[in-house]
Amino acid sequence: MDIIKHKWIFLGFSGVLVLASAIAIVLFGLRPAIDFTGGTLWQIRIPNTEDRIQESQIIETLVEQGIENPSVLRETSSDSFLIKTKPLSEAEHQQILSALEERVGSVEELRFESIGPTIGSQLRSKAIWAGILVLLAISVYIAISFRKVSYPVQSWKYGLTTLITLFHDVVIPTGILAVLGEFGGVEIDTNFIVALLVIMGFSVHDTIVVFDRVREQVLARHKNESFTDTVNASVRQTIARSVNTSFTLVLMLVAMLVFGSSTLQLFVGILLVGTVIGTYSSICVASPLLTVWGKLSKMASHT
Amino acid sequence: MSRGGVIAFLVVIFLVTIAGAFFVYPNNPVLPSFANWMPWRLGLDLVGGSHLIYRIDTSHIASEDVRDTLAGLRDVIERRVNLFGVSEPQVAISNTSDGYYLNVDLAGVTDVEEAINQIGATPYLEFMEIQEQEIQSEENSTATPQSISFYVATGLNGQYVRTARVDFDPTTGVPVIALEFTSEGADLFEQITERNIGKIVAIFVDGEAISEPVVQDKISGGRAVITGNYTLQEAREFVQRFNAGALPAPMTLENQQTIGASLGTNSLQKSIFAGLIGTAVIMLFMIGYYRFNGILASIALLVYVVLSLTIFKLFVTMSLAGIAGFLLSVGMAVDANILIFERTKEELKKGSEKATAIKEGFRRAWPSIRDSNVTTIIVSIILFNFTSSFVKGLALTLLLGVLVSMFTAITVTRNLMRLRTKNI
Repeated sequence: MDIIKHKWIFLGFSGVLVLASAIAIVLFGLRPAIDFTGGTLWQIRIPNTEDRIQESQIIETLVEQGIENPSVLRETSSDSFLIKTKPLSEAEHQQILSALEERVGSVEELRFESIGPTIGSQLRSKAIWAGILVLLAISVYIAISFRKVSYPVQSWKYGLTTLITLFHDVVIPTGILAVLGEFGGVEIDTNFIVALLVIMGFSVHDTIVVFDRVREQVLARHKNESFTDTVNASVRQTIARSVNTSFTLVLMLVAMLVFGSSTLQLFVGILLVGTVIGTYSSICVASPLLTVWGKLSKMASHT
Repeated sequence: MSRGGVIAFLVVIFLVTIAGAFFVYPNNPVLPSFANWMPWRLGLDLVGGSHLIYRIDTSHIASEDVRDTLAGLRDVIERRVNLFGVSEPQVAISNTSDGYYLNVDLAGVTDVEEAINQIGATPYLEFMEIQEQEIQSEENSTATPQSISFYVATGLNGQYVRTARVDFDPTTGVPVIALEFTSEGADLFEQITERNIGKIVAIFVDGEAISEPVVQDKISGGRAVITGNYTLQEAREFVQRFNAGALPAPMTLENQQTIGASLGTNSLQKSIFAGLIGTAVIMLFMIGYYRFNGILASIALLVYVVLSLTIFKLFVTMSLAGIAGFLLSVGMAVDANILIFERTKEELKKGSEKATAIKEGFRRAWPSIRDSNVTTIIVSIILFNFTSSFVKGLALTLLLGVLVSMFTAITVTRNLMRLRTKNI
């Protein structure tokens, strides 16, 4: 398989995906969950089987209790309702619970989370800090990994390419979440941030495995072999281990997505998308970009 | 390593693994008596329960007293929480850029409303005096009347105490506790001591007698000194409690996270099932792709799963996120094996002898194994300091998992291979 020969197909495909994701993020924005804004998330199950309880009945009860703009969603997988409101105090919670029970019969509370606005802003700033720290640490790690200068592409270009690939791997899942937020009401919470940070780690190590091989090959190559050929050979030699190491993780993630807890589904889903994209990009984006750098510096040296 | 050494290593590893397997899964038919020895510690997202965060208002407290007040508050809440009979309740103060918070974790609590009411109540300090009463037994009226004594409230409580501090007896140098009452409190205290000379006036905090001194003389002036055989540490603790009772820092419930027991149990069962399926599929893939070596990698994977679960059971409270982190690490545990096997294949292609190829495979795969784990380790360490409990649980199991897997995937696999091929 000659990936470098078809590099413009892959780079074009990735470029379109990144662009579309960026547009989706700018256009739709991300829908923050109560983790970040403060609010109440209340999951209840109503065992009443005689009359089928509708979302509207719950909304009416909430509005009667003075709750403005509640959102109520039926979650079919666990046969329950997800209610989202402003932050509720324990007194309000109990009052609404008894009002609901009066109306629809017994109510089983699966989950009640009420987060005040200050905790929300704390979590937000912690998330931002964690993101900055991970980026810094990863940049330092990349700088150490590529500190040995190698010909014909300077080491900082390896590092920059790794960061571009990282950006690619993070923007696409975020774009997907922006689209899901706009059309499916999916919200981003702390778990989403954690998933992105874990993806960053995977993305970088996948890329570094391929680049390490490129540098090893550059040192050992024959004089008449072009840089493009070297990169291509390196990709061919490392593709099995890149794909296999990711594939075992994908197997586990799919098992978690299909059989695991519904609370974690979004988290696992984002990791799955990120792992697949991270593996694809280390093979089909990072290495082709490296040859583009090679060509550019060759052109520069000819003029 | 000599062949004997290899066999000894493997025997030890497998004995540890078998013992670990009984330890992490005690409900087996072979050794059921193991079952109640040490239960798994499960987080509230798996057994149901409540995570509460209170914001503590310290604006009315002088800055030098804040630490004592917070410690006193925590002690009181801890004792209140212990009354619910919840296993391992956790109470912690967190200091953030915008104030102090009290975090309470109640795993397994069923009546959250009652718990919240109890916790929210102001810590209560009161002085009690002894009252004696003679009771005449109804059946036998000729017998000598029995005298019983019990504590009754004096009406003097924490709201009449202005401050409490640790002091030292000027003559003996023993730590004592100095209380300063408000003017109303001073009057009350004078009356109480006057009528109780030679008797006990006990000090109760949250309904528990923490000191039962005998009154020596009537005390006026609004100051009380509690002398006793207190160590400095004990005296400090008392002061913290008094100050929390006297100066209760008001708290408001900012954050409540309650998971119903049924959702928790459901999450646990589903996660275990998903983990078993995922592990089995990974083993099938490894055996299908790498054949005999895949079997060795699968054995190493099983050793890995048991060893890390043993570590978790000993040291970690498992939450749903913790399980997720562990399952991710299982998905990555065979990475080292894949890197080694692929490298060995390359060496074989170059025309090396089998033993040399395997040896080189291990040696040359090491930098990539190290590198591939470094980023995950960096991310987990940063996430661990990202102090939301979900994230902490995930980061910890992911980090421990990755570290253990580097050992099992390399060492166990290598020694298994040594059984068949010498000198590797």
